[in-house]
Amino acid sequence: MASPQLVMYDEEFKQINIVIDKLLREANAKVIFLVDKNGQLISGVGEVERFDTTSLASLTAGNIAATGGLAKLIGEKEFSILFHEGEKDNLHISIVGGRVILVVLFDNRSSLGLVRLRVKKASDELTIIFDGLMKKAEEKEKSGTTDFPFAEITDDDIDNLFS
Amino acid sequence: MSFINYASREINCKIVYYGPGLCGKTTNLQYVYQKTAADAKGKMISLATETERTLFFDFLPLSLGEIRGFKTRFHLYTVPGQVFYDASRKLILKGVDGVVFVADSQEERYDANIESLDNLRFNLDEQGYDLDKLPFIIQYNKRDLPNVMPLDELRKDLNLKGVPDFEACAATGEGVFETLKAVAKLILIDLKKGS
Ligand SMILES: Nc1nc2c(ncn2[C@@H]2O[C@H](COP(=O)(O)OP(=O)(O)O)[C@@H](O)[C@H]2O)c(=O)[nH]1
Ligand SMILES: [Mg+2]
Repeated sequence: MASPQLVMYDEEFKQINIVIDKLLREANAKVIFLVDKNGQLISGVGEVERFDTTSLASLTAGNIAATGGLAKLIGEKEFSILFHEGEKDNLHISIVGGRVILVVLFDNRSSLGLVRLRVKKASDELTIIFDGLMKKAEEKEKSGTTDFPFAEITDDDIDNLFS
Repeated sequence: MSFINYASREINCKIVYYGPGLCGKTTNLQYVYQKTAADAKGKMISLATETERTLFFDFLPLSLGEIRGFKTRFHLYTVPGQVFYDASRKLILKGVDGVVFVADSQEERYDANIESLDNLRFNLDEQGYDLDKLPFIIQYNKRDLPNVMPLDELRKDLNLKGVPDFEACAATGEGVFETLKAVAKLILIDLKKGS
């Protein structure tokens, strides 16, 4: 495979949610999402029910991928921060640890300066958690102690998915 | 690259529909969307031009049910088929878990099929994937039209490795779910091997 499998465990999931919950409060944001670069939603806090999170994740990843393509064309590695300004709501999108996308949605109760500042701090914390997560997944794979349930999948299990 | 979340007990996989322009990729997704129960699908997103040609991608999230206590989700993407959208196609292939190549069975689209299949192999290779090692399905679409090539000829030229393949008429839905099931199955078998 081209890149290692992304996995998430309970422990790191809790740590991540603590960090983005704090960011939500400190940045006065409405919603915060963490998205994998391939478009899968990792977690979200705030007014998540108001949004189609799956679509948001996919389009965010498409957006980052497209601007990343643009960056390469002009000789940049990537654009690590994107900012979209709307009439009421704004999106601050940034890449964390080279692999995960942090999306902060905020309105005029906050400001770009504040969001930028708080995101910076949260990004450092998230990078450490994701680095640890990668190591853990690698170690689990090496030692063969994965709690991966798919080893026991049968043909029937798969067929039942479509019935 | 699938994403396994032990915290929320979910597994997410990415399937890409590839093929020449107008072969029926978007039609495949539209049919799946129409025939899937509301609680098992998300919104279908189409980033298209005003003339309904796919500009960047179509996206359809499906949530098929549980396997061994894990919610199984498949994210279906199509690429824009036209030659000049190659940069976008490369982006969409990132993190792919399985590929469906939709061939247009019409005689006059023969060259376009071959070219698109070459392009798929090349673009995957550039991202560090080997098409022969990925879950891969071929669909011969538009079998309802009068000017189609015989199946064995298409097979001989497009399916060199003998991967699972299906005849289809995406416009009426024939073969659409067979194709999707087959690629989903290969992906899950692949995951099983990887563990
Ligand atoms: N006759 C026939 N037309 C089809 C079939 N599948 C798709 N089409 C038509 O082919 C055209 C292009 O389809 P589309 O899904 O947009 O192609 P894409 O460029 O691969 O996404 C549309 O007008 C479809 O209605 C099929 O099985 N039979
Ligand atoms: Mg299309």
